[in-house]
Amino acid sequence: MDSIKYKAAFLSVTFFLFAFLLGEIFTSTAKKESKELTEYEMLMGESEPKASIPSPSQVFAHAWQELKDPFYDAGPNDKGIGIQVLYSLGRVLFGYFLAIIVAVPLGFLIGMSPLMQKALDPYIQILKPISPLAWMPLALFIIKDSAWSAIFVIFICSIWPILINTAFGVARVKKDWLNVSKTLELSNLQTAFKIILPAAAPTIFTGLRISIGISWLVIVAAEMLVGGTGVGYYVWNEWNNLDLASVIFSVLIIGLVGMMLDYLIGSIGKRFQYAD
Amino acid sequence: MTNKFLVVKNLAKRFPPTTKGAQPLTVFENLNFEIEKGEFVCIIGHSGCGKSTILNNLSGLDSPTEGMIMMEDVKVKGPSLDRGVIFQNHSLLPWLSVLKNITLAVKARWPEWNEKKVNDHANVYLAMVGLEGVENRKPHELSGGMRQRVGIARAFAIQPKLLLMDEPFGALDALTRGNIQDELVNICSQVNQTVFMITHDVDEAILLADRILLMTNGPFAQIAESLTVNLPKPKDRETIIHDPQYYKIRNHIIDFLVKRSKELSQANLQKKANGKASKAEIQGLVAETTILTTTESIKVNYN
Repeated sequence: MDSIKYKAAFLSVTFFLFAFLLGEIFTSTAKKESKELTEYEMLMGESEPKASIPSPSQVFAHAWQELKDPFYDAGPNDKGIGIQVLYSLGRVLFGYFLAIIVAVPLGFLIGMSPLMQKALDPYIQILKPISPLAWMPLALFIIKDSAWSAIFVIFICSIWPILINTAFGVARVKKDWLNVSKTLELSNLQTAFKIILPAAAPTIFTGLRISIGISWLVIVAAEMLVGGTGVGYYVWNEWNNLDLASVIFSVLIIGLVGMMLDYLIGSIGKRFQYAD
Repeated sequence: MTNKFLVVKNLAKRFPPTTKGAQPLTVFENLNFEIEKGEFVCIIGHSGCGKSTILNNLSGLDSPTEGMIMMEDVKVKGPSLDRGVIFQNHSLLPWLSVLKNITLAVKARWPEWNEKKVNDHANVYLAMVGLEGVENRKPHELSGGMRQRVGIARAFAIQPKLLLMDEPFGALDALTRGNIQDELVNICSQVNQTVFMITHDVDEAILLADRILLMTNGPFAQIAESLTVNLPKPKDRETIIHDPQYYKIRNHIIDFLVKRSKELSQANLQKKANGKASKAEIQGLVAETTILTTTESIKVNYN
């Protein structure tokens, strides 16, 4: 097993170096050699440096500058990436936990009661495929606060996977285990917490993991709309500044944070796994 | 009122027809039997005669269509800690350790006990089934035999008045099964446990049971015979097979399973088909076929 691990690591590094090199070559050939400008061209602003895709080394140099001081705050248009990530994380986690508080009990209800499952199914089926951003205008009008609207959008997009997975996990708890609970005369509350919840926990965590991923996808788009703070706003702001090195850097940061969120939920979920 | 420990009267289970206009499916009917305190009763019959349904009715997990079950003069209405169940497939909770599986049951039985008392009690029963040292393992880290032992320990730990077992050793290999059977004989005689057990294994039934109920084939299954196994106790698998009575009993059961269970149920069905005309007639015929199944059923003694 170890040898495959080392081989994979070696290959990963090779791929990285290859991509890096390719990037360097590609971006350097794209650069035009400077020649003397005519007066007309100077008037048209051709003497300004032209925006071009930065080379990987430029991106890394920029990233180093940014990461040296990630929490600086130089006014509304110039905040460090760390601050922006924290804003986004705050919104995501807030909306996500609201979704858990609503979706897990509701999922329990749907999973336990075939009647509720049938009654609520049409609503879930209709609401689930709605792009969370489609709720934004309504949210903005009703809530009248852009920050809370972003949180609402996160809430509405993370609720469905948790709800559906919880209901599925609860409905599929083995009848044998419920029979054990019955023969031990456990109360409904005890059955819910001692039997059904641990039995359904792995499935619930699958939903939680899908939801955190979707939330992180959606927050970027939501922040591009609502503006002000957050990584989504940061990306869009740097695009407006035509600072492509910052755009690429923030895109990479978004990927990194998303990976860490997934890992976090995954490793918590692992503690509730069981082999049957 | 009766002083019998467990009385089953006119028990029947019918399932509603799956298609409109069809007859309801009667799994079994006219079941009458009693179990005395401390008695070990096995029930044998072909698949589909409703053995598991009977057991579920006794445990209270399922309810009969007709008839009733009285335990200590109280009607069985639902599951109770007084009736422990050992399920066919151990039914341990896989996310709990062996010890926690048992303490869950112990806490349910005695909620007022403190943590230490609960653990000590659970450990006594783990030791009883020879499982010291594995209490912190999860069920999936145990062999099939060990898992079933944990199931047995859990059932005994709540000290039920009646222990119900649904083919508890069905999924085990012959050697493991033998060992656990021996342990079960020991434990049951130690605590004078009343047991009702389903099995397909004739030898197992003779080894464990004081009395064996033989069922005819389903549908409309009935208890045809109540066979008293009067071999000298304690029964030991090595000596028991040299007892001449052993083979008499064994042959009788096998003859029943191979031949008579089918003949009896066919005769019963035939009578039912002929007697469809009037309800009174059906009842008369049923009564006739159930002569053997009343509570004073014949006892086949081999002396």
